[in-house]
Amino acid sequence: MDILNILKLALGEMLSPTTITFVLCALGLAVHFGFTGLLNFGQAAFAAVGAYGMVISIDTLKLPLFLAVLMGLLCSIIFALILGIPTLRLRADYLAIVTIATAEVFRYFMTTIGFSKVTGGSNGLSQFGAEFWALNPIPEGNYNFGFVSYRADQLYVFMVGWGAVIIGALILRLLMRSPWGRVLKGIREDEDAVRSLGKNVFFYKLQALMIGGVFASIGGMIFVLNLSNVQPQVWTTNFTFTIWSVLLLGGAATILGPIAGGMIFIALISITQGIMGGLVELGLLPFLTQPDIAQIRLLLIGLSLMLLVIFRPQGLFGNKRETQFNV
Amino acid sequence: MDIALRAVMGRFGRLLAAFTILISIFGAPILSQASAAQTDGSALIITGTVKNEKKPVEGVEFRITGNGIDEIATSNSEGKWLLEVQKKGIYQVEILLESLPKGVGLRDPEANIREANLTVTNTAAVLFPLGKDTRVIQPIGDQIIIRLFAGLNLGLLLAVAAIGISLIFGTTGLNNFAHGEMVTFGALFTWLFHVELKLPLLVAAAITIVLSAGFGWLQDSALWKPLRKRRLGLNQIMIVSIGLSIMLRQLYILFFQGDTKVLSSEYELVVLGPINTTSSSLVSMGLSVVALAFVAWFLTRTRIGKAARAVSDNASLAAATGINVERIIRIVWVMAGALTGLAGILYGLQFQANYLLGAQILLLLFAAVTLGGLGKALGATVGAMIIGFVVELSALFIPIDLKYAAALIILIVVLLVRPQGVLGKKQRIG
Repeated sequence: MDILNILKLALGEMLSPTTITFVLCALGLAVHFGFTGLLNFGQAAFAAVGAYGMVISIDTLKLPLFLAVLMGLLCSIIFALILGIPTLRLRADYLAIVTIATAEVFRYFMTTIGFSKVTGGSNGLSQFGAEFWALNPIPEGNYNFGFVSYRADQLYVFMVGWGAVIIGALILRLLMRSPWGRVLKGIREDEDAVRSLGKNVFFYKLQALMIGGVFASIGGMIFVLNLSNVQPQVWTTNFTFTIWSVLLLGGAATILGPIAGGMIFIALISITQGIMGGLVELGLLPFLTQPDIAQIRLLLIGLSLMLLVIFRPQGLFGNKRETQFNV
Repeated sequence: MDIALRAVMGRFGRLLAAFTILISIFGAPILSQASAAQTDGSALIITGTVKNEKKPVEGVEFRITGNGIDEIATSNSEGKWLLEVQKKGIYQVEILLESLPKGVGLRDPEANIREANLTVTNTAAVLFPLGKDTRVIQPIGDQIIIRLFAGLNLGLLLAVAAIGISLIFGTTGLNNFAHGEMVTFGALFTWLFHVELKLPLLVAAAITIVLSAGFGWLQDSALWKPLRKRRLGLNQIMIVSIGLSIMLRQLYILFFQGDTKVLSSEYELVVLGPINTTSSSLVSMGLSVVALAFVAWFLTRTRIGKAARAVSDNASLAAATGINVERIIRIVWVMAGALTGLAGILYGLQFQANYLLGAQILLLLFAAVTLGGLGKALGATVGAMIIGFVVELSALFIPIDLKYAAALIILIVVLLVRPQGVLGKKQRIG
């Protein structure tokens, strides 16, 4: 077993575009759940709407990348309106079921043969990355940073992605410290109290849903731009609940939480997987085979979701007083 | 069977996998025959079996091209076709659609050409899953009758599975996202006992139901009761149930692998007017009705059932009148486990089983329970029937791969206009 290699892999995954996507989606979910108390179980759909919105704008409408990104964000806002107007008046558990159902409906629509001219059906779309890669300002070649090295294109995605995370986090910090953010927290703590102060609770919730959705959409865009393809089977409920695990590990009502939580979470899973793989190789886990190890990843996500909620609902960086689950 | 199988599997693109397994069972004789041919020479064989609704189709023509050949093979009375070729390599096999009988078409109309890879092995099986020709239009009356029957079938299955969710929600307030895995539990364990351990189906089913009830008991005593004791919020417990569901699903893959299991291949075709069904479907529908009637009797006529309804209505008041709420909840969990296990068995017998089975119908179950009014057992039954009919009838108007989406859209619409559900009491929900 090569411990150094496992750690290297974990470090690589910690900063990878997938982690960036989860972090951005988790930041969005922090706005929904951590700050406003909305139980959104359809975060994967927000990411997918952004990704598909952008890709279809490039692929079918032939828009330039910049406009396509704006289109993706617009789609995400419209999606938040469609989802939010009917459901935000409902009880929290109803909202949970409706969001998860809507996310699945969206995935069905992206998969069906009926729309495959536009969406690519279950094969998805892949001819849209040219402009994004052409904008790469970093000269070709390999770049070494200590014991990790990146190709120019990897470094480019890395810069764009983490840049988005940092800017997003700063904006969120400003928003949440503003009077507007305090109203959101008020809604989370006691909706009726906020209502009695004359605030339009529904409207604030809708705004929170939109802003959180936009974060997820940016995450989704980075995910598909990095892979240069978008496929419907990515945006499953497992995607959503991985984001939940990330958020709950870091701390729901924090901004640092989703970022650090995402990196730690992905690294921990990678290390556990690596160590278990190594143990299987050494024959120490006779009941498992190498391909089984891939299943361990989701198993750990499920387990950590349970343990976190039961034993540390505030996460690593959260404040226990700010974890009102019952809204 | 055919339509329903497509509904369950098609969504995850597992249709082909499922069909390959089916064919590999039905088509086993041809493969052994082919390997016999290969031992006495070194012949290379491209072969396959064409079946529609489990019946062989004769006279279907296949054009095989590549590596310098261009030949036609025709299926015999057993639906088998076979072509010997000389060179290793990759061949193209095209099914000639004109040669198919009337009303029969490819399940995937775009996949009329497939590859036969003879680079490594000496035989290549090429399969073209057949189904109803979507181009031929049946009389609309017949179509509606067929769909209504399929809807009734699906609705009854969903009802048996949904009552558990409804009872648990009623007594504990928990939206149990791990409920789908209890359905899967029933299907996979029946497969284990019946197919792997070769026990008679009824014995296997009986053991599975006992185990399912035990699973319900175990879940409540090991997890949910301690969580209630810790006074964990309902939404927190809901997220725990999501974690549990993901975990169970992965455990199923580890223990049962990810492939699709065929629970039973012994059944007879039954024709009722325009409806083609199987004896197992009819038995399953009968059993569902019996199970539902039993639950209705239990809840309205027995002391424990009445107590369960009292707890659903107002747990504190029930406790104040001397009902042991924790005991009732435990009984409800055991009952829900058994019923859901039964649903899994019935579902698996009709539509095959894999680790995703429960997860695939979970949202339909939630839709059923919400439609009927959360926490009302009778409501769940009504909701499940509505969902069953909507799913099947919608396939008349919209692409078949969107029929589950139709049910979920109905759920969303109902929540908009009548959030308390069809039979639910009006209460504050926001």
